[in-house]
Amino acid sequence: MTGYAAADRDRVLARLTGPAGPQVGCEECFDQLDRYVELELAGADAEAAVPGMRVHLEGCSACAEDHASLLALLASEAHSVP
Amino acid sequence: MTRQGLSGGGAVPRFDSVGRTAMGSLRISVTEDAEQESRRWVERLSSRGGERDAALVELHALLLRAARFELNRRRAASSELRGLDHDDLAQQSADDALVAILRKLGEFRGESRFTTWAYKFALYEAAAKLRTLAWRSREIQLDAEVWPLIVDDHGATAQQSVETNERLVALSEAIELELSPHQREVLVALALNGVPIDVLAERLNTTRGALYKTLHDGRQKLRAALVARGLGLDADTEPTRG
Repeated sequence: MTGYAAADRDRVLARLTGPAGPQVGCEECFDQLDRYVELELAGADAEAAVPGMRVHLEGCSACAEDHASLLALLASEAHSVP
Repeated sequence: MTRQGLSGGGAVPRFDSVGRTAMGSLRISVTEDAEQESRRWVERLSSRGGERDAALVELHALLLRAARFELNRRRAASSELRGLDHDDLAQQSADDALVAILRKLGEFRGESRFTTWAYKFALYEAAAKLRTLAWRSREIQLDAEVWPLIVDDHGATAQQSVETNERLVALSEAIELELSPHQREVLVALALNGVPIDVLAERLNTTRGALYKTLHDGRQKLRAALVARGLGLDADTEPTRG
């Protein structure tokens, strides 16, 4: 039997137990994603506006990817505006 | 693939005389110009005839650009995706996103720019299609036989590693004894085998949200099991709204 390396074990432990604290679900995450990302880019407290969003993004890799993509797209647009 | 579990239709969002919705001071990122532009998008897409047709063409072009952005971004990060027909995938993503947007237009509340709201549909469709394609010929392992491999005493010299191993052993017992068969399958697939959640949702004919709820409930049970064995994590285990 081949086991996981120490770093992998920490990662597996985190994936099995997930983040602690209240969080939104995937549906609410998608519903609030545009607002949340714009607030982030504006330097506002996005987590205060959408409590539980950050924890969900830590626990759901697919939603985290959606978040990163929208953030990157808007950031690229901001840089392309003269 | 269109996003599942989201209801469609409904009334066009209402703005008051200064173009603001009811979100108050937290909507600081949306300027009045952006609000007017968003309102114009909704009006044009809600109209009939040539104005609506023109808006659809413009919106589709924006969605196509967003989908291409996502595909290029992911292609750069994964060699597996470089052989795919990205233009066709981008077109499909933009088409499906447009359908979803028109179905949900009444749910746009003006809390962000309309284009930001629309972009997320295109990004979602492109990402979901890529994940599906990447896993189309891969077997999805749902049984729990693989997970005991996480336990390995070799190299566990530091105290932190010892504690991690103790927790993993405890989790192995809890997964067998305290999770339902469905929770066990979902947890193994998502948390151990790295199956993308929307790929698993499609295989199990369910939604991302429903699967995440199952994952979350399973994780809560595992956290509680660690606490019961005196191996609780530092973070608290408050219930969630998810």
